[in-house]
Amino acid sequence: MWNFIYKLASPKYFYDMAGKLVPWFGGLFVLLVLPGLYGGLVLAPADYQQGDSFRIIYVHVPSAWMSMFVYVFMAVNAAIGLIWRIKLSDIMVSSSAPIGAAFTFLALVTGSLWGKPMWGTYWVWDARLTSELILLFLYLGFIALQTAIEDKRLAARAGAILVLVGVVNIPIIHYSVEWWNTLHQGPTVTKLDKPSIHISMLIPLLLMALAFQFYFFANLLMRARCEVLEREKHSTWVEALIDKHPEAKHG
Amino acid sequence: MGSSDAQSLLSARGLRCVRGDRELFTDLSLSLQAGELLQIHGANGSGKTTLLRIMCGLSLPDAGNVYWQGVSLAENRQRFLQNLSYVGHSTGIKLELSPLENLAFAAALHGEASRMTLQQALDRVELFGFENEPARTLSAGQRRRIGLARLLISPARAWILDEPFTALDKSGIRTLESLLHEHLESGGIVVLASHSPVNLHERYIKALHLLT
Amino acid sequence: MTDSNPYIALLKRDLLLAFRSPGQLLNPVLFYLLVLILFPLGIGPESRILQIIGPGIIWVAALLATLLALDTLFRGDFLDGSLEMLALSPRPFALLVAVKIAAHWLLTGLPLLLLTPLLGTFFSLSGHTIGILMLTLLLGTPVLSLIGAIGAALTVGIRGGGALLALVILPLYIPVLIFAAGAVDASVSGLPFSGQLYFLASLLVLAVTLAPPAVAAALRISLN
Repeated sequence: MWNFIYKLASPKYFYDMAGKLVPWFGGLFVLLVLPGLYGGLVLAPADYQQGDSFRIIYVHVPSAWMSMFVYVFMAVNAAIGLIWRIKLSDIMVSSSAPIGAAFTFLALVTGSLWGKPMWGTYWVWDARLTSELILLFLYLGFIALQTAIEDKRLAARAGAILVLVGVVNIPIIHYSVEWWNTLHQGPTVTKLDKPSIHISMLIPLLLMALAFQFYFFANLLMRARCEVLEREKHSTWVEALIDKHPEAKHG
Repeated sequence: MGSSDAQSLLSARGLRCVRGDRELFTDLSLSLQAGELLQIHGANGSGKTTLLRIMCGLSLPDAGNVYWQGVSLAENRQRFLQNLSYVGHSTGIKLELSPLENLAFAAALHGEASRMTLQQALDRVELFGFENEPARTLSAGQRRRIGLARLLISPARAWILDEPFTALDKSGIRTLESLLHEHLESGGIVVLASHSPVNLHERYIKALHLLT
Repeated sequence: MTDSNPYIALLKRDLLLAFRSPGQLLNPVLFYLLVLILFPLGIGPESRILQIIGPGIIWVAALLATLLALDTLFRGDFLDGSLEMLALSPRPFALLVAVKIAAHWLLTGLPLLLLTPLLGTFFSLSGHTIGILMLTLLLGTPVLSLIGAIGAALTVGIRGGGALLALVILPLYIPVLIFAAGAVDASVSGLPFSGQLYFLASLLVLAVTLAPPAVAAALRISLN
């Protein structure tokens, strides 16, 4: 087990292993997203009040879950990178951020699209949407900070601190926004807070969530591989790789 | 750690530093015993300042370690910092404060009783009469002398200096050289980066050349 | 020749430096006033409306003024080498940093607090409301300084870091804003507001304990 982790720290080993995993994860994503979408869009019953428009939750809710999951994933890797100075953890953090931001954006857009047929407006200041909006800014702030620092090692450490500060703040922000929302209004998009969810809704939801997980890891590994190539471009194994693919030289 | 390290006050092994795409230095080792001065030579951009900052513990090297009295800085931070005086490119002088006020703050920060009074230190660096003027009104050379006075009042055994001769006139250079001499004679060590040659007997001086 | 307490020495030094170049002190305060004056000009001087939006707007202006002021927290020391001196002192860096933040709050947060009665009058707020508002500012502005210091520490070496600082810090300020403005609004409506105040107080405790080490770590990265 420790041997495996030790080997992971070697960029070449990670590059090769990740390369093998990506098609599997991609395949699993496709395998899960199809029944998930079919179950959600076709099989599950239409909502009593909202008709078919509510089906967008099968994308909205898993996206929101992923946006949170990715941030926590970043925080764990940030802590590992700071404490044990493992470069791979740093790469995981910086590669996850754009994907997490994309999921957050997707959650916001689908939430907004859901709102339109329901209440006639594209935006409501409900607790979940507002929290997602703040989370998007946390992601963007992180990406901006990392981009602004030239030295990669320092950018990683600075970003790690920001992510850890953010992860401590996220529960506080969630709670504050919840509380603020109960004070000020009205209609909520959080239909899923009801204690019982019918099984025919639950299964497609879980399938979509699982599918998004595999999508995330597939995309993450692809980005991480690029990052590894970039960082290790002076090492012998990368040069050997380039020699094998001469068209890459002119990229 | 070999027995030679046990003798040395400040040493480093296997230091490696990469800035962007350039490798500044790799597998760099050095060792200083009491009474020695290490002068780092190199063109602009060769990594002199970076190396000095690594020796202070301000920057982390990409590989390798720095040791104070045989123990790595990470484990020995407190004791090392009590024995360190660093004067970098920017002297750490507040322009709105007078030399006396600047020194008083440095003394309070370091904590231990200084070897001479603040006034004596300022006299030694020939700032007599200027002790209470805001540093803003002093020349660049005079401001640098305040930095030298800071060295005098601290009991630190290790002096790490980045281009300390900058802006000093002939008499300032002589003062600094005599300060260095006294410090080395009393068992201290000095690491400095300088373009100009240091006018001390060569028995004190070791040289390190950084190549671009 | 005996040294005074280094923390008191640092506090005195920072206060002394600020009073010797008072221009820097004044800017955030003037900005605060100016932003607040813009609202009646933009929305209309109807006192009923101003009373409703007053507490929230005063708080938003306080956030922005603090953000502006944070630029001076570490930049001066960073540029002239004093920050390195602090980092290389044998004293715990986190404690020295905490003292710097405290000095900075005295110079920037406290004036905002003291101006509240004046601004309360501009917004037709009752004396009671002004009192609660000041209490929230007393609890909340130190939190803004502490959290903001983390952002300032991360961005101090970055050119043009001001906008980046705002992007990084403002989301983290939101809980303070929600609970502070919420407390004042509740008091205006005659509802209980002690819960909000307790929440602000616990944010303050959290910030005082967790922020200084984070700031120290961030400064070491910027000094690297």
